Amino acid sequence: MIPLPWYLTLAAALFCIGLYGALTRRNAVAILMSLELMLNAVNINLVAFSRYVTPAALTGQVFALFVIAIAAAEAALGLAIIIAIYRARETVNADEINLMKW
Amino acid sequence: MTEPLVYVAFFIFAALTLGAALAVVTSRNLLHSALFLVLTFFSVAGLYVLLEAEFLAAVQVLIYVGAVAILFLFALMVTRRVTGEGVRQSNEQRGPVALVVLGLFAGIFLPLIFGYSWYVNPTAPPPNTVSILGDLLMTAYALPLEVAGVILLVALVGAIILAKEE
Repeated sequence: MIPLPWYLTLAAALFCIGLYGALTRRNAVAILMSLELMLNAVNINLVAFSRYVTPAALTGQVFALFVIAIAAAEAALGLAIIIAIYRARETVNADEINLMKW
Repeated sequence: MTEPLVYVAFFIFAALTLGAALAVVTSRNLLHSALFLVLTFFSVAGLYVLLEAEFLAAVQVLIYVGAVAILFLFALMVTRRVTGEGVRQSNEQRGPVALVVLGLFAGIFLPLIFGYSWYVNPTAPPPNTVSILGDLLMTAYALPLEVAGVILLVALVGAIILAKEE
């Protein structure tokens, strides 16, 4: 069986890549994509702990399902907001959307 | 599956996941980013199969690859003017952010993961995980399931209202 720390390392690396993308991308759609990467990393952790620590209870898998459902809602809502911003301001670059920044 | 084959599969899926994720955050063309995101989702589904979570692997392919990634492609095509090759896609903080993220990974995550002896339960998972998941969702997690359904409904109605042409 593959050691549990390998899965945790993979998930941590995926989370860090997503964090890097969320902090460096200018386009809001790309920032949302990086968020999805981070949510996937969390899901890998949940499923790995479910498999290695409580193989019979499957609680981690149930939580991963809920995370997937909320991630889908978040993507739909975020992209709708981005399309509305694009209509109003002709841009979706996060550093140009500075109306409420001082 | 035999033991060495599992290791080979793990390394293939792990390399695919991390390589495609790196391409997602560094690619100059955002359409390529979205396609690499599909590849990441597929290889994470492969990892779920290795973890004996077949239902979650199917859900991952159906929801992430089938719905979320297509939604991203649509959003990129609608906002075509700012997603092309000619537009700079990264801000100026790339160097410092890379340092901070690497520090987080090597300085906090790795010592945390390898400095603790994780308890591993040696029992094998039950063969019919799908029916157990269904039981759990209909009994112990029935209320969270309903709340998740309401959240999805509210979010999608809100998305339609936000994106609707005036």
